[in-house]
Formats: sequence, structure tokens, C-alpha cells
Amino acid sequence: MRRRVIILALGLLAVLLWQQAMAQATRNAPRGPAPADAPLITDLSSHLIAITSSFTGTELLLFGAIDEPGEVIVVIRGPVSTAVVRRKRRTLGFWLTRRSESFDGVPGYYAVISTAPLEEIAPQSLLQRLQIGTANLRFRYIGTEPPPDIVEFRNAIARQKIREGLYHELVGGIDFLGPKLFRTEISFPSTVPVGTYQAEVYLVRDDRIVAAQSTPLFIDKQGVEQQIYDFSRAEPAVYGLVAVLLAVFAGWAAAIAFRKG
Amino acid sequence: MPIYLPIAELSVNLWLLLGLGGAVGYLSGLFGVGGGFLLTPLLIFIGVPPPVAVATSANQVVAASVSAVYAHWRKNNVDFKMGAVLLVGGLIGSSFGAYLFGVLKRIGQLDAVIALSYVLILGFIGSLMMIESIRALRRKPNAPLPARRKRLNDHPFIRALPFKMRFRRSQLYISMLLPVGLGIVVGILAAIMGVGAGFMLVPAMIYLLGMPTAVVVGTSLFQIIFVTANVTILHAITTQTVDVTLALLLLIGSVVGAQYGVRHGARLRGEQIRGLLAALVLIVAVALAIELVVPPEDAYFLEAAPGTTR
Repeated sequence: MRRRVIILALGLLAVLLWQQAMAQATRNAPRGPAPADAPLITDLSSHLIAITSSFTGTELLLFGAIDEPGEVIVVIRGPVSTAVVRRKRRTLGFWLTRRSESFDGVPGYYAVISTAPLEEIAPQSLLQRLQIGTANLRFRYIGTEPPPDIVEFRNAIARQKIREGLYHELVGGIDFLGPKLFRTEISFPSTVPVGTYQAEVYLVRDDRIVAAQSTPLFIDKQGVEQQIYDFSRAEPAVYGLVAVLLAVFAGWAAAIAFRKG
Repeated sequence: MPIYLPIAELSVNLWLLLGLGGAVGYLSGLFGVGGGFLLTPLLIFIGVPPPVAVATSANQVVAASVSAVYAHWRKNNVDFKMGAVLLVGGLIGSSFGAYLFGVLKRIGQLDAVIALSYVLILGFIGSLMMIESIRALRRKPNAPLPARRKRLNDHPFIRALPFKMRFRRSQLYISMLLPVGLGIVVGILAAIMGVGAGFMLVPAMIYLLGMPTAVVVGTSLFQIIFVTANVTILHAITTQTVDVTLALLLLIGSVVGAQYGVRHGARLRGEQIRGLLAALVLIVAVALAIELVVPPEDAYFLEAAPGTTR
């Protein structure tokens, strides 16, 4: 916790110093347009989230600076995978799965944090093109001919992910420290999938994206957790056998211990 | 104290898992069942993905059964010959069940089959056991036992079956087709439901095979060890959903609990044990039935296809 605060402080300090230097430079420079190469600078407090045995979810700090006031959108995308949506229907009094549809391109984690409601910041076409907002995610239907009610299956994906805390949209979750510096916290639940993530930051002015920056973020299991996972995938038969032997040994040891005790 | 489970991919409280293991272990020792039929629904309830819950329960049941069978073996309450014959069927059945598990998963009917088999089988067995034990408990303790009820193994058709075998410990001379067939049925259930199916095996051994009650529990535990071991290894290979961390934490609690269960079980009468087990089985069946009958919050639900991340 203390380390995170120090990192945050150092990060902010670096951004502040950089800002000061930039302000100095622009003041000294002949008057003209602001440097086009740096309207937006951002970074994460960490680029690696290690999942260890005590992992219960975590929060990351994303901070940055903009050259002139504007709206900021932060998007975090997790690794994509295939997902199956099943629909239950009452059958002979029981609620049973009657139909399933599969989709590709479903991020395991997705978060959008913005300074104002998305539809007020940017036109719908832009949000759709860049897949900003849970409603604008493009899940690809797997199959030849999508059935007419496919949209109901599609909508169920984001709905459940939101319930599980894996997708979220947060309006006004970006704090500004003065007119230029901003920071926001991104939370990850313990069920967050491992893989390569992208943290994207957009600076929007007058319905247009003025600047964008993308930073990778890695979430990976570490230590014993990593070893157990890798073992179960690399040598599944041996892993199963070890699991059984462990169980037999534990049961036998307990029986012996209690006989003497 | 939270702990991260590497295969289930979520974080759960350590004491909750130890307590859960202890409670299930106690009941498994008391009733001579593996406890899987309680553990699988409980794990799903605390948020473990169903395939992981099924495979890991099987692993945990191995430990609970080893721990419990030891005490029965010391009292000479295991019919090893009968156990071995049951096991032949059990291995065939569980291998076929694991294959069926994969097929059902592919066509998307696995959840329905798991849920329905729990409700129907637990409900049916639980009701039969309940009726029988209420009748037994109602008899006055001093009243003479009623004439031995006609058991299924007295049926002429069953008596006519070939391949007869002598089971000295059970004082039986019956066709080996009966225990093998029983083993197959129970093995299929073990693979699909993640249970040892002791709750089914115990009454079947009494009423169908006609085994003496004293050796039934130990013998069923003996064969459950091998069937659930087979299920664990098959799941580790095919669905890769055995979470060894979760299983270890559960079994630490359960092996200890099982010891107390066996001790307390020795103080109860057979009818009392069967009555309590019947009540427990019925409670689980009703709880699962309610879940199936009550309209779900969301009729649509998502299932991540395994092994497709990255």
C-alpha cells in the first residue's frame, strides 16, 4: 500500500515536473501552435499485475496530463475469447437450457471511465468504430446464419459480465488536479482473466479525438499458482495422478493420526 | 484469510473452505458416503465454476473415503471381494460417464443433465430411504422384529442369474452380474455428478444385493476410492478442471471431520443413520429442485469456452 502511494507520488511528481518544463519551453519558444506531438501523456502505476495466492483483486492507477481542457475517456480491454450464451426456458416445470449461441471476440474484462457520459462526448459512429462502451462491443456471431433473435443472446453477454464485476462503465470517475493533470483508479476483481490487456486513453474535443494513447498491461499468475496451472496444462495425466496420490496420502495420514490420538 | 485458487481462477476465504471440508467430511464418515453430493452444489453456491466443482469434488471424495475406510477396515467391516467386483463395474461406468460428460458439454445440455439427475435421483432415493427408516424407527424397541421382508435379491429372476460367486464376508452367494451392473450405474453417476454415489450404493447394496448393514458402509467407501480416483484423473486429462489447491484445502478439513463422523456413527443405530441420511439427501434434492423450478433472474447465462483465452 505504501509502495503504491510512493509510486503514485513519484509518478505525479514526474508528470508535474514534465509539465513545468513544457510550460517553460513553450513560454520561451516563439508563439505558435502547441506541440502537436504531446497533447496527451499517460501512464499506469504498474504494467504487471501478479496473481499470487493472496490475490483478491486489485486497483491500478492511471494518470496523465492533457495540454488543453477536453474530455477524457479511459478504456481497459482484457484478452478476448469465445463465449457461449445459453438460454433457459421452462420445460415440464423446470428451467432448462434450450438453446445456445456462440460468439467470438468477447473480452474477459472491459472497463470504460470517462469525464462525462459517452454519448455527450462523442458521436455514436465514433464510439461504435472504436468499440467504446459496453453497448458498442462487437461480439462476432459464430455460425453461418444468425437467427432473428440473436440480439437477445448478444445483449446477455455484457449483462452477465457487468453482474460479475468484469465489465463496468464509470462516468465522472476521472479526477482532475488542476486543469491539466488527471488520475483515475481501475479496479480488477479476483476473477479477472490472465493475459495481455490494453489501457487506452482518448482525449476528445468537439466530437473529435484529438489524441490517443495505448499502453499494454499484463496480468499473470506467479509463483506456486503459476506452477500449478502450468503443470495441469502441460502434464494433465501426471497432474491428475498427483492429485489422487495427495488425496490418498492425506486421508491415510489423518486416519493414522486419529488412531494414535 | 483469502486464498487464490489457480484453476478455478477466483479467490475464496481459507476458513470457509476448511469449514466446508470439515462439515462434509463429518457427514461422509457418519453415513459412509463420499459427501460429493453435498460438496458439488456447495462449491457451485460459493462461486466455483460447475466443471471445476464436479472434478475437484471427486478428488476430495478420494481423501475422505480413504480416511473413513481405514476405520471400517480396522473393524473388519470391508468386504474386499465384493468391493473389487463392484469396482470392475465402477471403472467401466465412470469411464463411460466421463465420455458422456464431454458429449453433453459439447451439445450444451450438461448443466440440465447434472441438475435433473441430482433432483430426480436424490429425490427418489431419499424418499425410499425416508419411508423405510420411519417404518423401522416406529417399531417399539422391544417388539419382535417383523418377518424378514422380501428383499429384491430373493426374486426368482435374480436368483436365476449365472456366474454365481461366494462372498464370505457378506455371507452371500449371488451372481457377480449384480454388483458389476450396480457398479456401472454408480460409476456413470460418479463421473457426471462429481459424486462417489454412496447415497445410492449403500441402499442398493442392502436391498438389491442383500448385504449385511455392517459391511455395507466400509465396502461402498472402498470402491468409491477407486471410482473417484478414476474420475479425477479422467477430468484432469479431458476437462482440465481439477483444482489441486481447492481439493487440498477441502480435504484437510474433511479427513479430520470424517474421523469424528465414523466415531459418532458407531453410536447410532442403523435405522437412525439411514433416517438422517435420507433427510439430508431430501434437503439437497428439494434445494436443487427449487433452483430449477423458480424462474431464474436472467434466463440467459454465459459460459466461457475453456481453453480459448489468449
